[in-house]
Amino acid sequence: MPATLEFERPIQELETKIEELRKFSTEKGINLTNEIAILENRAREVRESIYGSLNSWQKVLIARHPERPNAYYYIKYLFTDFMELHGDRCFRDDPSVAGGIGRFNGRSVTVISHVKGKDTKENLARNFGMAHPEGYRKAIRLMKQAEKFKRPVITLIDTPGAYPGMGAEERGQSEAIAKSILTMAGLKVPIISVVIGEGGSGGALAFGVGDRILMQEHAVYSVITPEGYASILWKDSSRNREAAEAMKVTAQDLQKLGVADQIVSEPLGGAHRKPEVAADLLGQALAANLDELVGINTDILVANRYEKFRAMGNLAGTY
Amino acid sequence: MVLEFFRKQKYIAVQPEPVNRDIPEGIWVKCSRCNEIIFNKELDKNYKVCQKCGFHFRTSAYERIAMTLDEGTFEEMDTELLPVNPFKSAEYEEKLKAARKKSGLSESVVTGEGTLRGFPVVMVVMDSNYMMASMGTVAGEKIARAIEAAVEGHKPLIIFSASGGARMQEGILSLMQMAKTVAALDKLEKAGQLYISVMTDPTTGGVSASFASLGDIIIAEPGALIGFAGQRVIEQTIRQKLPEGFQRAEFYKSHGFVDMIVARTELNSTLANILELHLRGEK
Repeated sequence: MPATLEFERPIQELETKIEELRKFSTEKGINLTNEIAILENRAREVRESIYGSLNSWQKVLIARHPERPNAYYYIKYLFTDFMELHGDRCFRDDPSVAGGIGRFNGRSVTVISHVKGKDTKENLARNFGMAHPEGYRKAIRLMKQAEKFKRPVITLIDTPGAYPGMGAEERGQSEAIAKSILTMAGLKVPIISVVIGEGGSGGALAFGVGDRILMQEHAVYSVITPEGYASILWKDSSRNREAAEAMKVTAQDLQKLGVADQIVSEPLGGAHRKPEVAADLLGQALAANLDELVGINTDILVANRYEKFRAMGNLAGTY
Repeated sequence: MVLEFFRKQKYIAVQPEPVNRDIPEGIWVKCSRCNEIIFNKELDKNYKVCQKCGFHFRTSAYERIAMTLDEGTFEEMDTELLPVNPFKSAEYEEKLKAARKKSGLSESVVTGEGTLRGFPVVMVVMDSNYMMASMGTVAGEKIARAIEAAVEGHKPLIIFSASGGARMQEGILSLMQMAKTVAALDKLEKAGQLYISVMTDPTTGGVSASFASLGDIIIAEPGALIGFAGQRVIEQTIRQKLPEGFQRAEFYKSHGFVDMIVARTELNSTLANILELHLRGEK
């Protein structure tokens, strides 16, 4: 049973009650089928009503859910013969970024992703998915390698942001992110970027310059975390809920703004409720997009990618 | 406790009133590093650099253009592009109005073409007087158009960066300007055109993590703050104070991310030399 978020309490209470009735019914040999059915109906309604009208902040909480499947889950589920490749060839291997080669629907691809940990221990090792410059440089190396061998690139985005530490600054966090964006902008193979959880600022964009930008239904993508926005603009980090609304961070918002091309459905309540279903849905979306992209002439592909980003924020009618 | 009550009250020594050094604006200014009072006209003559301690005052976009390009050659581009308020926020509307009033500019970036000691260039200048020169959709658009003008006109590009980063009020659209401007630089790169990036105080966040860090040659002004994350954010993350000089131009150069630090008084001749060295038999 996944950890319950505050707004999921009513659902959890109903589920507990149903569970209790079931137990009682079997223990005492009393038939409670009708009662259970009524409660189950009620639970379904409550679930649909809560999950169907999530506000931005609630989406942020789902996107950050500790049990939300991380990139490794999808990589293992969707790619066969995956081989992880390590290191930036300059400084070290950054465990907050994973990259490698594998097979997707029979086709060789390069996969690059941020990786959050599944528990505190792994999160400490992976720095909560916040990459250092060497993480981006590993990614750049693997993107160029993909270009050399004409492999499509799939990036999975899931980071609160690039790590704001001393070592990161000393080793050129800015330069690493800028180069990653530059590399993607001109890369002569198809790129599909998917926000699978949190897409936080420049650290996310460093993997986000794709021919297609997909977002899972409950993923969020923003210029800064809601907490950061509230603290900088309002000097009050507790106004994070308001900030999430003001910034427009949800997949649905980003599709309206022309940033996300497609929303990938998740099981009711979020990917963590039924990870395999989420992975299947993601796999279908990747397959459909990849099929469309692989046939395109590479010069046209890069030109289209240019036009795509060139048009962003070009709000109709204003200029 | 009781004793404390009877203890002779200590009086706080009253600091002598500081000499009022706030002299009418426009005639004199005080150097924020060495406190020297400088005659404003003298400061302008010296490229807004303190003659006593070498402190580089921030410059406005038009001051920078006047210092850099040959007189009367600058032709501004895209003056009709005005900022947008994509989410119709009243708060942001107010900020835009205030920024416009404070800076006299319609956006944080001024772009155009002109000549530098006779060399035709495309020039982009960010002005920190306008919302700390944050990059929103229109700033990004203007920069991208300038880069495209350099590609199409086969001219070298010089960008003077100064920015607090992405314009948060425009949400994800401001983040996308990093991709937009960098993608344009990819075209410039493939066209074999020269791009000189000049980092001035401050060059941080989304601007340092995009076009500012991608110059063929990167110059920084002395003492300029350069970095990805804000100092307060880093201090909160590592729970300690940052050392003196952290994220300054000199620090950035010693770590290998800046080609050279050039005093503003020498900048014009340095730029001219670089342009000269990149001439391919044409002028």
